[in-house]
Amino acid sequence: MITLKCHPGIGEIVEGEALVADDDFSARYDLDRINGVFSRPQHKLHGQSYVDKILVLNTSKGGVASAWMLHEMKSRDLAPKAILFNRANTILAQGAALAQMTMCDRFEGGDVTGLIRSGDKVRVDPKQGLITVER
Amino acid sequence: MKLNDEEQAMLAGELGEPRRWAIDHMMRVGAMFDAEDLVPVAQAHMMADPESLGDAGVTFLEVLSAHPADEIRVAVPMITDPRGVDLEYYRPLGQTEEMANLERRFIAACSKMGILMTNTCINYQTIMPPVQGEHVAFGDTGVVIYCNSVLGACSNFEGGPSALAAGLTGRTPRYGLHLSENRKATKRFVVRQQPNELTDWGVLGAVIGKLSGSYWEVPVVEGLETIPTSDEIKHLGAAMASYGSTPLFHLVGITPEAPTLEAVGGETLGAIEVTDVQLNALRSSFGGRGDKVDVVVFAAPQLSLVEMQQVADLCAGRKVHPDTALIACTSPSIYYEAKRLGLVEAIEGAGGKVLEGTCFYNQYAREIGEANGWTRLLSNSAKIVNILGGYGYQPALASMEACVESACAGEIV
Repeated sequence: MITLKCHPGIGEIVEGEALVADDDFSARYDLDRINGVFSRPQHKLHGQSYVDKILVLNTSKGGVASAWMLHEMKSRDLAPKAILFNRANTILAQGAALAQMTMCDRFEGGDVTGLIRSGDKVRVDPKQGLITVER
Repeated sequence: MKLNDEEQAMLAGELGEPRRWAIDHMMRVGAMFDAEDLVPVAQAHMMADPESLGDAGVTFLEVLSAHPADEIRVAVPMITDPRGVDLEYYRPLGQTEEMANLERRFIAACSKMGILMTNTCINYQTIMPPVQGEHVAFGDTGVVIYCNSVLGACSNFEGGPSALAAGLTGRTPRYGLHLSENRKATKRFVVRQQPNELTDWGVLGAVIGKLSGSYWEVPVVEGLETIPTSDEIKHLGAAMASYGSTPLFHLVGITPEAPTLEAVGGETLGAIEVTDVQLNALRSSFGGRGDKVDVVVFAAPQLSLVEMQQVADLCAGRKVHPDTALIACTSPSIYYEAKRLGLVEAIEGAGGKVLEGTCFYNQYAREIGEANGWTRLLSNSAKIVNILGGYGYQPALASMEACVESACAGEIV
């Protein structure tokens, strides 16, 4: 088991399977939100389902729409359980606050997309800024 | 986070549930970004189209706006970003009654709260531009980057929920670009190839945005030999924000916080040259000569009155190809001016369509593409071609002139 420290984030404690890429994130630009998959051809997770995953990505990109979109995705139970970033932008944090989705960023051990692997079992405690990883 | 007496009262619910929700929301966001207190804002601007809101978002607004009138009235002037449905023209686009009804419900909720439905992402050209040093809570990344960079105002990217919270309280958490230490340059770029027209400015913004890479970087740019127009710098900023999540840039000798490189702390940064190779690579990744075009779009950002005249002049006496659509999106206030001045007639006389108060990419782009059989899309906006790849389009980029020529030819010229 690996333990990672990060900046305190938003939301409640969640557990799930990691889906990781050294790429960025926008709910507007990158996702087919109706089917719950990454749809932008250039995205490293293109074609993969993000539903109920702990997404681990570099940073958040793109427009302000993502703030409403996280809330809308969660209302249909077609959302990730949590998103971990090296660095979140303001919009995704605001969206997580409305959607009550778990979100953390700024990891002490360096690039989080290298610290967690797809398929890892991950537990996120945003208030403590503590992530535990089992593989 | 430190709250004053009035803010404490809001948090305790003494000023009603909507303002309690708003302060609570700001405290969650502020904690993530280590905000120490709240800063008063002069205006709020909310992005909220029905595609991103969904039924869940509209219902959230309706529940909030069902509280007593004195509890829901916004505390500062609050305006809106483009809508997703032009209620005067949605069936021909293949938009459904369900989409229009979400829009109607949202407008009704906002209107009860005293929100002005300006439906524009060019409020800095058309409504009330902020002044240097003024704190505002603006949505739409293009609006924020323009107001920070060109006007010297202070705003973070405020997503819809946070802009709403700012409107209800007249405040926003003091973090990011509300703090002067975060407005200094962190990356220094030198430009050699001078931009000539709107698309060139967009391509330059896209490349710098890509190279900057995150919300927390502030690019400073040297080497520009001309002062861009408001429309040119609007395309520069919109593309930079779209490709890089960049909320602020400085142009040395041009934008107000950077009379010199030293003024933004840029002299200690290593210079990164923006090369012709990078600019040309960004252009050539989108479409090629002879490809068929299904739809030509002028939007993202909405067109100013001057751009409307430019499109109208290019369309005069021409006919758009029967297998190609031409769409221009502008704000309601510009629409009425353009109508009065005969510009809408010139564009529509050539077979184009001017949409009022929407922007193509946030009006159910996937669904209207499928309904109309549009996949090959041409635009002069570097921002829109970046976005629409994820919506099932094959986007291509060309100048405004080449876009109109291509619309008439039915293929990229």
